[in-house]
Amino acid sequence: MKDLTHSLLETEDETMLRDAARGFLADAAPVSALRANRDAGRAYDPTLWAAMAQMGWTGVLIPEDAGGADMGHRAAGILAEEMGRTLAASPYLSTAVIAASVLRQAGPRAAGSLQSIAAGEATYALALDEGPKFAPAATAMRAERQGNAFRLSGVKAFVADGSTAGRVLVLARTAGVAGDAEGLTLFDIDAARAGLDRQALSTIDSRDHARLVFDGVAATGDDIIGDLDAGLAALRPGVQAGQAALAAELTGLAGEAAAITLGYLKERKQFDRTIGSFQALQHRAAHLWSEIEVTLSAIANAGRVLDATPDDATLAVSLAKARATQTAKLAVSEAVQMHGGIGMTDAYDIGFFMKRARVGAEWLGDYGHHAAIIATLRGF
Amino acid sequence: MSDATQGLVAFRAEIATWISDNCPAPLLGRPMDESAIVWGGRKWTFADDNQRLWLERAVSRGLTAPRWPTEYGGAGLSRAQEKIYREEMARIGAPPPLESFGLWMLGPALLEFGNAEQKARHLLPITRGQIRWCQGYSEPGAGSDLANVQTRAADMGDHWLVNGQKIWTSYADRADWIFALVRTDRDAPKHKGISFLLMDMDTPGITTRPIRLISGKSPFCETFFDNVKVPKENLVGELNRGWDIAKYLLTHEREMIGGGASGLLGGRSIGQILAAQEGDVLADPVLRAEAMQAEVDALAFTLTMGRYKDQAEAGRGVGNASAMLKYYGTELNKRRYELLMATAGSEGLEWEGAHGGLAPEWLRTKANSIEGGTTEVMLDIIAKRVLEMPNS
Repeated sequence: MKDLTHSLLETEDETMLRDAARGFLADAAPVSALRANRDAGRAYDPTLWAAMAQMGWTGVLIPEDAGGADMGHRAAGILAEEMGRTLAASPYLSTAVIAASVLRQAGPRAAGSLQSIAAGEATYALALDEGPKFAPAATAMRAERQGNAFRLSGVKAFVADGSTAGRVLVLARTAGVAGDAEGLTLFDIDAARAGLDRQALSTIDSRDHARLVFDGVAATGDDIIGDLDAGLAALRPGVQAGQAALAAELTGLAGEAAAITLGYLKERKQFDRTIGSFQALQHRAAHLWSEIEVTLSAIANAGRVLDATPDDATLAVSLAKARATQTAKLAVSEAVQMHGGIGMTDAYDIGFFMKRARVGAEWLGDYGHHAAIIATLRGF
Repeated sequence: MSDATQGLVAFRAEIATWISDNCPAPLLGRPMDESAIVWGGRKWTFADDNQRLWLERAVSRGLTAPRWPTEYGGAGLSRAQEKIYREEMARIGAPPPLESFGLWMLGPALLEFGNAEQKARHLLPITRGQIRWCQGYSEPGAGSDLANVQTRAADMGDHWLVNGQKIWTSYADRADWIFALVRTDRDAPKHKGISFLLMDMDTPGITTRPIRLISGKSPFCETFFDNVKVPKENLVGELNRGWDIAKYLLTHEREMIGGGASGLLGGRSIGQILAAQEGDVLADPVLRAEAMQAEVDALAFTLTMGRYKDQAEAGRGVGNASAMLKYYGTELNKRRYELLMATAGSEGLEWEGAHGGLAPEWLRTKANSIEGGTTEVMLDIIAKRVLEMPNS
């Protein structure tokens, strides 16, 4: 944010990436695919994930020498935005954005993991929240030390991609008490390890979320990412990358919900008129479009800042997540209301947008969480 | 670092030094209320010598109009350089050396539509702060429906004869010249019979009368034209094509009024201003939440202003989307002043109290979403032109 001279306009390469992503997702992961996944009780389609790996999306944030495409956070956001438009379900955010950003800071020990992610072979979940709100420092889960070994015990209440991921990045307390920012350690463990019970949650967005119960799960010093007792620092690049990309997804979702609604307003007739000719609805549509335009700037900015000055990106990232959360909420509320009765039916797609927006609003920090960070950084 | 980036880094250092060397220290960090603005013109008196000195120095460097060509008194800066210049000004709290309708509106119109003679005659006095312009657009019967202007300029062969009335002419009583929309063809469809005319306010037949507003102030006037003889060469652009210029300028004006939301409070955010006030004015949880929301929206809006300017700069016009900047920026500015009033409490209720002229400024912001096209007209433009929603 300090250097406002970077341009938020898309480069030609970025526009090409967006167009390619939009074309691919329209065919391979339309909203009807989410509906099919839901009806089949499947979290996501593994062939879609394999196709994303083929196109280099799983390696969007992975260095080329580890087999990635290393396109950067702005590009990762463009992909997420396009996935938001079709509500494409995949472990993209958890694996390709969050885990990749954590692991690329972890030195040579993580090179193999990064290669597996880029190749589309490894999937990750990030196990943080123990209560209903995003609050990493509130972590109470214990990692009891026994020599060079640890025993992890506790419950992670809401873990995105938690029931399907092959590996879990889990934050546990090695010192201090719940609420301390210090004394937390980040572990990278196999999800099949003994003592880890994964309970799939049936959430409103029909995606994979799980409750993870750790009962004396064994870990060693080799499983630690970053330094002992410095887990939040190790986690930060991943959390910020995830927040920015999730914000982009929500903004794509908002844009598509608004576009579907606009199409409906131009087609639906009542009182012998197209309802889109009513000024009351025109002004609401125009207001919604304005909010989305303003949020798009915050999304582009977060990507640019993460690419240019990742150590100084907190304000930009929180701004993006706060704006996107609020804008998506407005978009889906207006979308359902302006559709009228049909918007309330399961047969119509718009409800899927509303349900995913609500999950996205909570994951990785809600509006209040990010607005408070912004207020602190702005001196009040 | 690329050469271009290196060039900007060097420019930042150079311009920062120049500003701190040249802007008189007493001007730094002053609240940017109406009385701190230098408007210039034949009738202008500076509040103090510092203002005069700052203007003279800025003029010598072309910085009253940073983007204009140097031959017209500008500094010929690029968009990126201008951004840096404004950032460095805001960083040390240096006030703009000059503000005027000439800089904001007439200058851009002449640069786009004026002939060589008009540019040579009018642009330098604007950048030097010698001539103050006012805008003659609205009429009693032409508000939101601006194209309905009836003030008539009749072709008398060797001059135009102007008769009619303008309203909401900002500071017409202190201006030296007026640029106005006049009807030159009464038979054509209303958008196609309008021309863009420049008039010296000292011309016989022009009178102005200030209008007292709810703020107690009179920034706007009624201006009357009674058989005013205007030289033929004062018509800008083509005869009967004045609406094109008006639309171009309205776009400009919308961006400017919208931009006021990030600029009017002296470049500081609402949160920073409230945090700097005495006592914990944000202890009230509702006010605190509103301040946080305003901060979030203002930051994102500022980024959007930059994005749209970059887009215009890149030759990919912004067009009707500028209506969004006007709509969003003015509504945001009203929210900010509601917050300032609420945190001031009873101390904000006097015309001149502990918070200076806050109450009149708060009342003034209520015009932001009316002038230059109302919020409702902006939403109409977005709905019809951007979203292509059907007519009723």
